[in-house]
Amino acid sequence: MLLIECPFCGARPELEFAYGGEAHLARPGAQAQVTPEQWADYLYTRTNSRGVHAERWRHLRGCGRFFNALRDTTTDQFVCTYKVGELQPPAAPAPTTP
Amino acid sequence: MQFFSALALLKEGLSGQRGWREQWRSPEPKPAYDAVIIGGGGHGLGTAYYLASEHRRTRVAVLEKGWIGGGNTGRNTTIIRSNYLFDESAALYDHALKLWEGLAQVLNYNVMFSPRGVMMLAHTVHDEQIIKRHVHANRCNGVDNEWLTPEEAKSFCPALNIEHNIRYPVVGAALQRRGGTARHDAVAWGYARAADALGVDIIENCEVTGIRRGADGAVEALETSRGLIRTRKIGVCAAGNTSVIMNRVGVRLPLESFPLQALVSEPIKPVLPCVVMSNGIHAYVSQSDKGELVIGAGTDAYTSYTQRGALHVNTHTLEAICELFPSFRRLQMLRNWGGIVDVTPDRSPIIAKTPVPGLYVNCGWGTGGFKATPGSAHLFAWTIAKDEPHPINAPFSIERFRDGHLIDEAAAAAVAH
Repeated sequence: MLLIECPFCGARPELEFAYGGEAHLARPGAQAQVTPEQWADYLYTRTNSRGVHAERWRHLRGCGRFFNALRDTTTDQFVCTYKVGELQPPAAPAPTTP
Repeated sequence: MQFFSALALLKEGLSGQRGWREQWRSPEPKPAYDAVIIGGGGHGLGTAYYLASEHRRTRVAVLEKGWIGGGNTGRNTTIIRSNYLFDESAALYDHALKLWEGLAQVLNYNVMFSPRGVMMLAHTVHDEQIIKRHVHANRCNGVDNEWLTPEEAKSFCPALNIEHNIRYPVVGAALQRRGGTARHDAVAWGYARAADALGVDIIENCEVTGIRRGADGAVEALETSRGLIRTRKIGVCAAGNTSVIMNRVGVRLPLESFPLQALVSEPIKPVLPCVVMSNGIHAYVSQSDKGELVIGAGTDAYTSYTQRGALHVNTHTLEAICELFPSFRRLQMLRNWGGIVDVTPDRSPIIAKTPVPGLYVNCGWGTGGFKATPGSAHLFAWTIAKDEPHPINAPFSIERFRDGHLIDEAAAAAVAH
């Protein structure tokens, strides 16, 4: 089981958390101008990194708040966790833009 | 190919088993092939076999970065069934099931296909409604499935607990009698042996590090750990690592890779005559011919490539199984392991052409790819050979996510495959 550092509550066992998938996915702009390709990319396409992965977690059975994390998917070790709204730390390659 | 038969067994038995030869070659890669399959699991080896046997493409190679059958083919719980809800899925998985039925004869290799029946339990009125809907949909599609009362379920599987004093009592079950299990390693080995006999090169310890494209954008060659291999057709059957390979050619897919765990108990005398599954409380269990109970757990919550998962996921499944089968409570578990499964948003696979000419992908089988092995391989070989999908796999395109034509077995099945 992972030990996850909530930026608000500290290190807690994985069972207290819910996984929120890839982080920093920006919703495309005004609906009328969004093409089906852009919708599909936003809704379904994922980087699925083998290596450092930026992802969302929620401390569901704790403070209830969302935060972001960098985790190496080849070892499951967390590089760091950071608050929503903060920039992705430079430990990882920038998220690829399609 | 050395033909297996009762007579050959007898002959070797009388001559000290000294006449058996290697079942497939270990060739050096050639500089060029007509088609190259990335991934030497059941799906990849089967694809090469059908390319050679049905489409007369014999200049074919299968590249495997580890050893054949060492990925998810060797890590799954070997359940075979075709009782999916939607028409597209029923056609796909039943195509596979029909191929399973004759596979041992076709390959001259005992894949130990055992249609012992797959029983899916209902625990609530909602389960009962959706499972009955599956039964009716299946029967409309010509797929066998029938509804059993708790008493009928218990008479088919006597170890099952149908008492009312458990948290989620059994209120009924669906039974697909044609479903069952097969021997996972034998599927990889049988396809490898049969493909090799038709001239396919199976190259292990060969990792793909890059894909080269020509001026027209079409694939031209593969960079591998064993040198450059030229080819105009590449089929990717890389399961959990599909995104890694496709990202190398700039094709992003709707896939996420999760660890999926399984475990086996100590071997015991025959106690479980069929496969028992419960989507509602997440359990699936069958008994191998060695006597071990083969148990599948759920996926871990987060994406990972580690081929291991957390113990609490296994515990959750074991708790459910101990309620359904109180007699299993004192069993000890012998081994557990994980595999990396590539999951699509609608939990249906992708067997399709890609935006890159000459590049084809067979992925997204998620937690339930083993059952589809022969069908998937057969249809993928067709797609590669003819450069267009077979009518059965045409709906399983990448474009369905753009066009909104999802085949949403995720919603239909809730969890387990």
